Amino acid sequence: MAETTTHDAHVSSTGLSNVKLGMWLFLGSECLLFGGLISTYMLYRGRVSDGPTPEQIYDIPFTSVSSFVLLMSSLTMVLAVSAAQKKDDRGVNLWLTTTALLGATFVGGQVYEFTAFYNEGLGFSTSLFGSSFYTLTGFHGVHVTVGIIMLLALVAINKRSSVPGSKSETVEMIGLYWHFVDIVWIIIFTLVYLIPV
Amino acid sequence: MAIIERPTPVLDIPALPAAPPAITPSRTFGALKRPVASTGWKSWLFTVDHKKIGLMYGATALFFFIVGGLEAVLIRLQLAAPEGKVLNADLYNQMFTMHATTMVFLFVMPMAAGFANYFIPLQIGARDVAFPRINAFGFWCFLGGGIVINLAWFLGGAADGGWFMYAPNSGPVFSPSNGIDFWALGLQIAGIASLTGAINLIVTVLNMRAPGMSLMKMPVFTWLVTVVQFLLLFAIPVITVALFLLTFQRSFGAQFFDVAAGADPLLWQHLFWIFGHPEVYVLILPSFGIVSEVLPVFSRKPLFGYPFVVFSGAAIGFVGWGVWAHHMFASGLGPVSVAVFSVATMAIAVPTGVKIINWTLTMWGGKLVFSTAMKFAVGLILLFTIGGLSGVTHSVAPSDTQQTDTYYIVAHFHYVLFGGSVFGLFAGFYYWWPKMFGKLLNERLGSLNFWFMVIGMNLTFGPMHILGLQGQPRRMYQWTEARAGEGFFNIAFWNLVASIGSLVLTLGILFFLINIVVTARSKVRAPLDPWNARSLEWMTSNPPKEHNFDSIPKVEHLDEFFHRKYEEDPVTHTMRGVATAEQVLAELERNADPHIHMPSPSYWPLVLAVGLPVIALGVIYSTMVAIVGGFIVLYAIYGWALEPATAVASDFDTPSTNGHAVSTTHG
Amino acid sequence: MTTETIEGTHLETEQEHGMSTRGYIVVALILAAITALEVSTYYVDFGPLFLPSLIVMMVVKFVMVVSFFMHLRFDNKIFSWLFYSGLLLAVGVYVAALSTFHFFLR
Ligand code: HEM
Ligand SMILES: [Cu+2]
Repeated sequence: MAETTTHDAHVSSTGLSNVKLGMWLFLGSECLLFGGLISTYMLYRGRVSDGPTPEQIYDIPFTSVSSFVLLMSSLTMVLAVSAAQKKDDRGVNLWLTTTALLGATFVGGQVYEFTAFYNEGLGFSTSLFGSSFYTLTGFHGVHVTVGIIMLLALVAINKRSSVPGSKSETVEMIGLYWHFVDIVWIIIFTLVYLIPV
Repeated sequence: MAIIERPTPVLDIPALPAAPPAITPSRTFGALKRPVASTGWKSWLFTVDHKKIGLMYGATALFFFIVGGLEAVLIRLQLAAPEGKVLNADLYNQMFTMHATTMVFLFVMPMAAGFANYFIPLQIGARDVAFPRINAFGFWCFLGGGIVINLAWFLGGAADGGWFMYAPNSGPVFSPSNGIDFWALGLQIAGIASLTGAINLIVTVLNMRAPGMSLMKMPVFTWLVTVVQFLLLFAIPVITVALFLLTFQRSFGAQFFDVAAGADPLLWQHLFWIFGHPEVYVLILPSFGIVSEVLPVFSRKPLFGYPFVVFSGAAIGFVGWGVWAHHMFASGLGPVSVAVFSVATMAIAVPTGVKIINWTLTMWGGKLVFSTAMKFAVGLILLFTIGGLSGVTHSVAPSDTQQTDTYYIVAHFHYVLFGGSVFGLFAGFYYWWPKMFGKLLNERLGSLNFWFMVIGMNLTFGPMHILGLQGQPRRMYQWTEARAGEGFFNIAFWNLVASIGSLVLTLGILFFLINIVVTARSKVRAPLDPWNARSLEWMTSNPPKEHNFDSIPKVEHLDEFFHRKYEEDPVTHTMRGVATAEQVLAELERNADPHIHMPSPSYWPLVLAVGLPVIALGVIYSTMVAIVGGFIVLYAIYGWALEPATAVASDFDTPSTNGHAVSTTHG
Repeated sequence: MTTETIEGTHLETEQEHGMSTRGYIVVALILAAITALEVSTYYVDFGPLFLPSLIVMMVVKFVMVVSFFMHLRFDNKIFSWLFYSGLLLAVGVYVAALSTFHFFLR
């Protein structure tokens, strides 16, 4: 097993860590959350009673770049996890910070995109397309933002080196969350942006 | 509570919690020191002990049961006579909406969660759940959610769209009060309790079983509740989406259910029922679990076909995902969808039937002991079967289109919910009361409790079949004499019967409340093993010590406790007693673990949970308030993240060196 | 596509310890390449292959991140079970719900 973290010497029936089981359960549950939001968007994407249609406002080159940035943040995240397993503290901090920066770039891109769309006439209550687009991508953006906060908090705590529990496991957990947010975007990028109505 | 408990040589049967050892507050990185009180109200407010949390769930749920019951009685008083004047139409709408919401989300679910919290760790031989602080957080979320939902009564009127809150009725045009906003946000908060609880209990069951307790040696209650947790894990996010859409529509002007803008109101129905059908199994399976514990004990026989009960439970959990649209037969789904969902629904009767057969065969040939718990369990089998049969009649779509939105449906779901879920929970009260409080509930009052409830329940809900088939619509605030019909089918007569029945039912529940008081006042303590029980939770003192087991038992059998008390005689093949419960317990105590670390109490779950209703109020009234709530949440997360789950060793009266960390504690 | 050629080479050797840094970079490069291909569908006409190829690429990317970056491939099977049951359930119920709206016939 890849799990090599030295952890509180507790006995568990499966030999697996509680936190990690909990995290995977949570991610399984999140699939149904994003599934619901994506389905709502899919149902409503073509319903534009007012305002611009998706084709009119999506800026595929721009979104491609920010999608690429988020995708690469998964690489830096996994490097942080692997540094943590090697007990390489400097590496951990370096890669966590990079990941947070890439994440912030993505969120910044989203803020820019939202502003641009808004200026082009797509408000939250303009059309069903607007409501469901902002809800879906907004939920995703909030997830990324939460991830960034966790990453930065972890870096700050690492500097004071007083994390309760096992550091490398905490990095791994945040990593799982981060990758999950990334794979949700992989789906959104294709279904929302690339496939026209 | 963080304690190190040393074994005491004497056996203390009515074990009171051991005297709290001196504890010093540990260093925390947040602003608050760690709470240390182990008695008094603070020990409840900041507790992370699964048993205390279970009891708090139970007490709160019982309170909401009374609230929901009073709402029901008001409904029945209104309908007792033609042109009822007790409630006006608007209040009537609020009343049935809140009655159902309260009963489903604030009584049955949390009551089952309370039992699960209390008994799952005990049944699998653990000292606590996997994430004790998250457990406490869950309880406070449930309480906060319940308060938010009910606050609306005082702030302009409660939710009034029916418990499934169909769009577009739920929009601001048709429901201008803030009731539905409170409802949606409150359920959202209560949903956090269910979701975190689900993760917590699944990890607990997967990871914290006593040595030897394989999955197929777990008690059935634990099994079925685990299935429920999987249902919640995957169903809660669906209702979360639906509630967010609703809130966004009502508070921020989104258009999700705005037909004028081209929306499809069926979207809400789908989301609601994708959650809603698994939800009905969430309501019934814990009670099935309780009954599966009670019947063998009072039949003096092992459960018939344990693997069948377990697998049919899992099958229900699985198939339950494919039938949701049977709630939507009348909504114009189209013939293909209707046919598919109709057939799937018929199939789901099979695993349920399997259970009924297993219970019947468990009793078959057993030495039945009709204690109150047993009466409720048998009551469940009979009443649930009636409800199940009327349920099968709705699975036939053409027949359902006649029945839907009539009192026939109301009759059906009360037979399964009241006759099923609630009877199961009552069986649990009577069965487990001595375990939780060290005293037996009074059996004479119990008998009154039971008989009034059975008779009341049949008087109330039985006639509703007739009313419904006569066409009395559900959610109708008045009926008129002129259209009551005549003869046997006169709805005036049956409405009156149903209303009288609801008073009988109320009396039955009153007997239960009296019983609680009488029992609390009584000085008689329950024997250690009053029912001659079979599963691990009875292998502890009454009530269990803070750390549950002095030493973690090694499990070899299904029904481990029973097998420690009885052995099969090799010659006659009958079971003969080899040890009393006291002896079994003394044995555990003799091998007591020298050092037991329990998770330490914490402020943060409560603080975090307080932030959420503040945010909810902010969403409804003012952004500033929401921001304040957000800061409370952030502050709590900050404190929580920096607080070790278990206070450091130097906090204990004697620093432990080789402390055997039993509880895995990452809150 | 470049995916098959590199995929076979690094996996088996790294089974025990997750993957090496090089392995991760290779995965990331493949992901980047697929993304480029995805974006190219916007500029180049893929004809009838447009929709299927996009879906396939999406699934491949998804599975790669989950298997390699999230270690599901190397970890205990129980994690895969938990996650994929959520995922498949989500796909199942939502696809069924959308088909009742005749979504896929439009
Ligand atoms: C105290 C005994 C109870 C009585 C007398 C009672 C009575 C009623 C009545 C008369 C209605 C129909 C209101 C209408 O359609 O106009 C109703 C609705 C309902 N009840 Fe009960 N009930 C009781 C207990 C319960 C319990 C224990 C549950 C669930 C666990 C429950 C769940 C519901 C639900 C889901 C509805 C549907 C509300 C709606 O149409 O939105 N009830 N109840
Ligand atoms: Cu159903």
